[in-house]
Amino acid sequence: MTLHKTLALFGALLLGSTSLSAAAHAADHDGQQLYPLLSYRTGPYAPSGIPQWAGIRDYLTYVNDVQGGVDGVKVFVQECETAYTVERAFECYERYKNGYDGAPVAILMGTSSGFDAAASEKVRADKIPLVTNAGGREDAVDGSVFPYQFPLLFDYWTEASIVVDYVAKQVGGYDKLKGLKIATLYHDSGYGRDTIEPLATLSKKYGFEDIEIPVPHPGEQQQAQWQQIKQQAADWVFFRAWGVMAPVGIKTAARVGFPADHIIGDIWTGSEEDVRPAGTAAKGYLAVSVFPSGTDFKVSQTLKKDVIDAGKGDLKDQSKFGSVYYNAGLVTAIIYIEALRTGHKQFGDRPLTAAEGQWALEHLDITPQRIEELGATGLLSPLKVTASDHEGSPAAKIVQWDGKEWHAKTDWLNGDRALFHDAIFAKAAAYAKEKSLPAREAATN
Amino acid sequence: MFFLNVLTSGLLSGLMYALVAIGFVLIYKASGVFNFAQGSMVLFAALTFVVLNEHGLPFWAAFPITVLVMIVGAVLIERLVLRPLVNRSPNTLFMATLGLSFVIEGLAQALFGSDVHQLDLGIDDMPLDLWGLQISTFDIFASAVAVVLVAVLAVLFSKTRMGISLRAVADDTLAAQSIGIRLPRIWQIVWSVSGLVALVAGLLWGARQGVQFSLSLVVLKAMPVLIIGGFSSIPGAIVGGLLVGATENLADIYIGPLVQGSVSTWFAYILAVAFLLIRPSGLFGETTIARV
Repeated sequence: MTLHKTLALFGALLLGSTSLSAAAHAADHDGQQLYPLLSYRTGPYAPSGIPQWAGIRDYLTYVNDVQGGVDGVKVFVQECETAYTVERAFECYERYKNGYDGAPVAILMGTSSGFDAAASEKVRADKIPLVTNAGGREDAVDGSVFPYQFPLLFDYWTEASIVVDYVAKQVGGYDKLKGLKIATLYHDSGYGRDTIEPLATLSKKYGFEDIEIPVPHPGEQQQAQWQQIKQQAADWVFFRAWGVMAPVGIKTAARVGFPADHIIGDIWTGSEEDVRPAGTAAKGYLAVSVFPSGTDFKVSQTLKKDVIDAGKGDLKDQSKFGSVYYNAGLVTAIIYIEALRTGHKQFGDRPLTAAEGQWALEHLDITPQRIEELGATGLLSPLKVTASDHEGSPAAKIVQWDGKEWHAKTDWLNGDRALFHDAIFAKAAAYAKEKSLPAREAATN
Repeated sequence: MFFLNVLTSGLLSGLMYALVAIGFVLIYKASGVFNFAQGSMVLFAALTFVVLNEHGLPFWAAFPITVLVMIVGAVLIERLVLRPLVNRSPNTLFMATLGLSFVIEGLAQALFGSDVHQLDLGIDDMPLDLWGLQISTFDIFASAVAVVLVAVLAVLFSKTRMGISLRAVADDTLAAQSIGIRLPRIWQIVWSVSGLVALVAGLLWGARQGVQFSLSLVVLKAMPVLIIGGFSSIPGAIVGGLLVGATENLADIYIGPLVQGSVSTWFAYILAVAFLLIRPSGLFGETTIARV
């Protein structure tokens, strides 16, 4: 046999085996629901990501292995590393948006603000519902303008009002806010700048002085900013950081003599990863929390028994179990599974399409009773989503770091969402006008 | 007094930038190559130290072991990356260090994970009131470390046989080899010293912000420092660091509000571009004269 013939035969065998393998493979996940997990286990934000993916994966493992799937439908997780970069996230999105191995995508749970913002028009064109838990653009709460975006659980405008509400309670009432100075030290990005407008509104209403100070990314130097806070004699600081900016800020505050118990961190500035590197300087530091830490929740105990102790958990470092980010992942997975259950009631117990996923999200109603059944009381606040309201009922707690762990200082706080309602929906309407978006009929369903 | 406080804290921050910049200068002096992997070396050194420390080794034991690790790393880099590229253009070597930075970052995360580690050097980071100036003891310590490091390196380069050999290599690699200077040994030494500088910078930055991946991004602060001070001058790195630290702090306070945003990141680069236009070799850099 000549070399050419040998090579041709080898090529044909290779091609044949690949085709057979692909055909067999294609049926592998038929009847399952695809969960594309756009993770970041590498890069500067990996410490925030790794516990989140563990929270998500552990809960999905529990649902699959212990409960036999969601109403019998197994969830098939495909993880795709993005290193928190938008371009890689888009690669992952394109790879999985039409499903994989026979498993369709019903809902995409977003994992980074950058991608969520950049994908706004893409998901509209592809008709893929994108959930951004406790983040995303605030005007996307208007489902009539943003039918495929779901900034569930929380928004930064409500967060601003919760912070002001907490400060008001500490100083003896809203009438005592007049003349007070509240400085907001924010990450100079779209995320960081999101609270400028609501704080201006709140300042106008209650008479406190609103001081806005930006910190350039990544925020490894903040001496000038904290000296400015000190010089302007701010009474409270609302600290909206991300990544390395958080511990550096807390330590710099101590260096200029600003008390930690008068700093209120944003929801992404209130994890163990934010305070531990700051050491003793973080003792007494406050934060807004949508994802309370702890392992005492019933659902956590169930996961401990059936997943972690059974050796099926995703965490390498077990000390992260119950951390803020782990519980954020857990909450994400619970919401995802509850949305699938909602969809199954309408469409039957089978993998849902993206259109059905969108319907399911718009009819999601996680009541206090359901939360109790899930064993997530205290971990998750009630959530009711409609076609016109894509956020639900935003709620958060104020927590405090004692040097070792977080403690809840308040119960769920709802903030003054009504104050911003008109402004937010006006922004959405302006966006619809700018983009010449047609009125959405489905918003009435 | 507020102005003086902002200026002083900026100058002290600048010394921290200079510490990172010195690592670049060392390798540039020895090979004419901009070592893109310096930031990764800072991360790797600090991670090695902090992980050893977390496993119960005290400072006096963890420090020399980390230095040893950096020396082994330098030897490996010379053998596996630099030696095969001897006499290639500086651009080729630069690209090699670019690849090296990804390898070191990946290796650091594979070996030590992606967690944020707290690093306590036992130095208080609280303010002291010195004639109305609020200066942290940690900043004073970091400045002292920078000054000592510069003094040691200055002696090393000007008074020792190794330093003179190193300068000869930087001037003309082929000529230096022809008179018997062993290039591989010089590169191993200079990369080792650069590793030591990376460790010192990593410890000081790590103590302030936690030892984590973003330490490798500190190099972004060193770029304008190098452009202003000159790529081949250690005193230049110090002066460049002081200039960048002071101006970016002052710019954030006095110019930031005018543009309603933070300016320090790009302001340092504007300053660097201005220097490139007026004095391309930096304040203390050697002017290159080439026959064309």
